[in-house]
Amino acid sequence: MARDTLTGSRIRERRTVAGIRQAELARDVGISASYLNLIEHNRRRIGGKLLVDIAQILGVEPSLLSEGAEAALISTLREAAADSAATKPELDRIDEFAGRFPGWAALISENHRRIAALERTAATLTDRLTHDPHLATSMHEVLTMVTAIRSTSGILAETEEIEPEWRTRFHRNLNEDSQRLAESSQRLVSYLDGAGDAGASLTSPMEEVELMLAEHNYSFPQLEEEQDQIAEFVEAQTTLKTSAAREMAAQALRQLRADARNMPREEMKAVIETNGADPAGLARKFNVSLAGVFRRLSVLSDDILPRPMGLVMCDGSGTLMLRKPIEGFPVPRFSAACPKWPLFQALNRPLHPIRQTVTVTGRDALQFECYAVTEPVGQVTFNEDPLYHSYMLVVPVESGDTQGREVGSSCRVCPSAECLGRREPSILVDGI
Amino acid sequence: MGKRVLLIEDEPNIIEAVSFILSRDGWDVSTHSNGHDAVGVVLAAPPDLLILDVMLPGKSGFDILRELREHHDAEALPVLMLTARGQLKDREMAERAGASRFMTKPFSNSEVLEVVRELVSA
Repeated sequence: MARDTLTGSRIRERRTVAGIRQAELARDVGISASYLNLIEHNRRRIGGKLLVDIAQILGVEPSLLSEGAEAALISTLREAAADSAATKPELDRIDEFAGRFPGWAALISENHRRIAALERTAATLTDRLTHDPHLATSMHEVLTMVTAIRSTSGILAETEEIEPEWRTRFHRNLNEDSQRLAESSQRLVSYLDGAGDAGASLTSPMEEVELMLAEHNYSFPQLEEEQDQIAEFVEAQTTLKTSAAREMAAQALRQLRADARNMPREEMKAVIETNGADPAGLARKFNVSLAGVFRRLSVLSDDILPRPMGLVMCDGSGTLMLRKPIEGFPVPRFSAACPKWPLFQALNRPLHPIRQTVTVTGRDALQFECYAVTEPVGQVTFNEDPLYHSYMLVVPVESGDTQGREVGSSCRVCPSAECLGRREPSILVDGI
Repeated sequence: MGKRVLLIEDEPNIIEAVSFILSRDGWDVSTHSNGHDAVGVVLAAPPDLLILDVMLPGKSGFDILRELREHHDAEALPVLMLTARGQLKDREMAERAGASRFMTKPFSNSEVLEVVRELVSA
């Protein structure tokens, strides 16, 4: 049945919704109830003044009755029918169905869209489970704990006679496993939130270095003072399991010591107490680069400032090479970071420092002041393109009236609905 | 004494629970919890049924099973593989490695019992 012959079905649907009896509507527009009945069953065509009068009483535009709003709906219903392998809906009556049962048709259409979105979500998560070693490990932990709990509770529930010592042991196991399940789940949620847990799963030398730095709270006063202790110190660190990690750690600590010599702890403390922790002012005062100040502030801030500061560093490819995390500003562990970070903007403008207030996407919407700068690596020489490292100091601020630039952690855990920089769908957004 | 089941699994509380339900059902259960020397343990005293976890410290259950199938003594050994991953490719890997059955965690006690009885009586 063609769509334009369904005007009667739409009148019937609208009349029913409006709670008007067929006889009442017929009387109001000056026709017999039996004639209206024929119209409503699409056995008489309708148009002109009669259609306008009926539409007026039903409180809708005449075009809604004559043309319907179901073109898109029918298109989706056709897609749903095409996707269905098991059932064979009556495609030749799809217009009639949409016209006579618009509510049911809309429900099918909505569910079809939702199923498609969920299938995409499932595909994304399946792919992630396969390729993300941390997620796979976390899921394995959770499922292992669930298995132990299910099996143990099954024994307690289903075994009629069980010795007291076994009962006690299984109760203890349940308690242990439920605690471990809670911890595993929290780690998983923390990971998905992008907060990361340096100790949860170390898959790269960089993570070993970051864990070692975190274990020492980024504070190495003994290395700042003494000579040639770095190699011995690195060898003694049990968290540095690979030679690559030990080498990278030694390099980071040599940089830390050089920064400390340029900006001694007590002098920094005195200047900050007098003038505040303005990076540009500190760079001028100590005649050092802004990147050096960022590194030094991130290390010292835990001791001498009211609130710690975070630091992120990347190379010219955007690969994160150093992360000192700060609460509320999640830095991704495996995936690429948010392209809206000032860290990456600075890569486009070497030696042009950027200061920008940002608001982190998510429920808390915390604000941070970000200072970013990109500096060449090593000595700059004629006719040789330098390589660059970009640094970003992340300073927590009280959320004020200023609406900072919205930034996230990484696309897959960022709920931002409209972002031109989005690389992949978010698993936090319903239906992706 | 019932027929022998060897359970190779690294999670102590799963070992305890599965051992308990199998013992109650009359099976003679022994356990082992790492992959390094699992092949040697199986071959030293081949059980009537092997329950083998996939993710084990030292060596994966797939590798253990592949090695076992190369030995005459374990060619026909019924093996039930346990894994927390139920993806098709894991099932296929288990089949290729020579698993008799494949069970995804979390499983119920009755499922384990049913499959163990089935595999040993087959």
